[in-house]
Amino acid sequence: MKHSDITTQSCLPYKKGTIVPVRDGYGKALLRLGRVDERVVVLDADLAKSTRSDWFAEEFPERFVDVGIAEQNMVGVASGLSLIGKVPFVTTYSVFVVGRAFDQVRNTVCYSNLNVKIVGSHSGLSVGPDGGSHQGIEDIALMNALPNMTIFCPCDANEAFLMTLTAAEMDTPVYIRLAREATKVVTEEDYHFEPGKANIFREGTDGTVISHSVICSEVVKALNDLDNRGIKLSHIHLGTIKPLDDAITEMISGSDRPVIIVEEHVEAGGLTSILAAACSLSKPKKLYSINLGDRFGESGSPHDLYEKYGFSAKKIAERITQILEL
Amino acid sequence: MDDILLAEQAKSVRKELLAIINRAGSGHPGGCLSAVEIGTALFFRILNHNPQNPKQVGRDHFILSKGHCAPLLYVLLQKSGYFPKAWLKSLRKLDSPLQGHPHSLKCPGVEVSTGSLGQGLSISCGLALGKKMDKTASYVYTLMGDGELDEGQVWEAAMFAAHYQLSNIIAFVDRNSLQIDGNTESVMSLEPLSAKWKAFGWDVHTIDGHHFTEITDSVSKAKKSVEPSVIICRTIKGKGVSFMENEAEWHGKAPNEEELQQALKELDQ
Repeated sequence: MKHSDITTQSCLPYKKGTIVPVRDGYGKALLRLGRVDERVVVLDADLAKSTRSDWFAEEFPERFVDVGIAEQNMVGVASGLSLIGKVPFVTTYSVFVVGRAFDQVRNTVCYSNLNVKIVGSHSGLSVGPDGGSHQGIEDIALMNALPNMTIFCPCDANEAFLMTLTAAEMDTPVYIRLAREATKVVTEEDYHFEPGKANIFREGTDGTVISHSVICSEVVKALNDLDNRGIKLSHIHLGTIKPLDDAITEMISGSDRPVIIVEEHVEAGGLTSILAAACSLSKPKKLYSINLGDRFGESGSPHDLYEKYGFSAKKIAERITQILEL
Repeated sequence: MDDILLAEQAKSVRKELLAIINRAGSGHPGGCLSAVEIGTALFFRILNHNPQNPKQVGRDHFILSKGHCAPLLYVLLQKSGYFPKAWLKSLRKLDSPLQGHPHSLKCPGVEVSTGSLGQGLSISCGLALGKKMDKTASYVYTLMGDGELDEGQVWEAAMFAAHYQLSNIIAFVDRNSLQIDGNTESVMSLEPLSAKWKAFGWDVHTIDGHHFTEITDSVSKAKKSVEPSVIICRTIKGKGVSFMENEAEWHGKAPNEEELQQALKELDQ
């Protein structure tokens, strides 16, 4: 059976309306994975109790690795484990794994396209009293910049559960964005998560709100309140930020009503930037760009590389001519 | 391969790597030349590997943590039979499988991409831990530069390997005492290096890194240790080419045609 082959409410761990931290959904999924897949290994950097990886540690001590407070080494060790056929889940606060270990995630995990799952447990403001040093609010910008990376942002504990199972089935790098605070479970019993596809939570005619991650439950409440006042808005939850669901950019481009993004993330590089760029660069085009797209560079003379990647004066001029003739 | 054949092979490796760096027009000859005997001993005597099946289950792993010494790795891989000799000519050129720093998705035999220093020992820890989990009796050999030991991650990995008793790691430090900005002891002092590794819980050997018997004997001793082992190899950066030896400027500079011919002549003497 596939890890994510779960279609009935009895398999989703939490009832709609209950208040549960998304990291609990992650912890439950790890337990499930541990029982069916011996390749699954979990690593933590001295925060197992906070991230819920301690649940896995208790049941599968021989497959749990505490690296101490050493995030860079943790990503490297996970990379080595993946090279020998394990499916490692690296878990710690998002601000630490994404920031402290960015070079390791870039140059070892993504550049080699390794099967390493990176789980940032405390993203957004809802980390709370620990303050700005501990709030991961630029993680999407950093992870989205990396070729070969997939980014999942669960709206609640049930979706965190499903996304963790889904990530285990993939053999590529995945970043899963979790949060600390207990939030309301918003998913219905028939909820289905498909990687790369947005979920429509509500339909209305006055405009559309797009959100990702646990701020979802606040958005749900806000739209309920507005609905009571006669303002009917659609609500789209974008659980996968990378790869981006093309249907969303098409919807925004074709919409004559306002589209409002709500995200616990800085403007630069978050979903706001991502959708602004995608919509401006899609039809009808408002903006054109000659850039590297979503890929790493390679060896070659600067001249050869500029030719191949479209940055030589000749290639730039050719492209501009094409654009002007459109 | 006996010591005489290994010495012949090492000479051939030196000539080939200088020729391909010359052809590429850029690269890092100094640290390649200092590690030639270590690499040659590993690939032609010590490693249990199968060039016909690079991903063979149960093989030993070799991780080149000092990824800028890719030309050395490529020559060793080619001479072992991982890919055709013609590939060597494409080093650092557009669309080549032989990237400036090793890329595991492009070149067979490269276990993992390296180039950003300080990461190889952590990766080796993961491989070694996985082998222990699977009860696989094979080894992970890691080659690090000495300048690379400035990176904090190396010491995170050193703590980790000792804590988890990863006795199946055998790490080499190419102790040529030079990094880009000069002597390691003036840029960022490493000594007492042996005592540092010992204090981190490692089995430590210090040898002449250009001596095949010493390399082989130290590996045999390392295999008997219950702790992870590090072999600190005293070497000469640029070894074998008079004008490159102990000159930091040859860390990352390709020989021109004249310099190449001079180097090849010296190596043949």
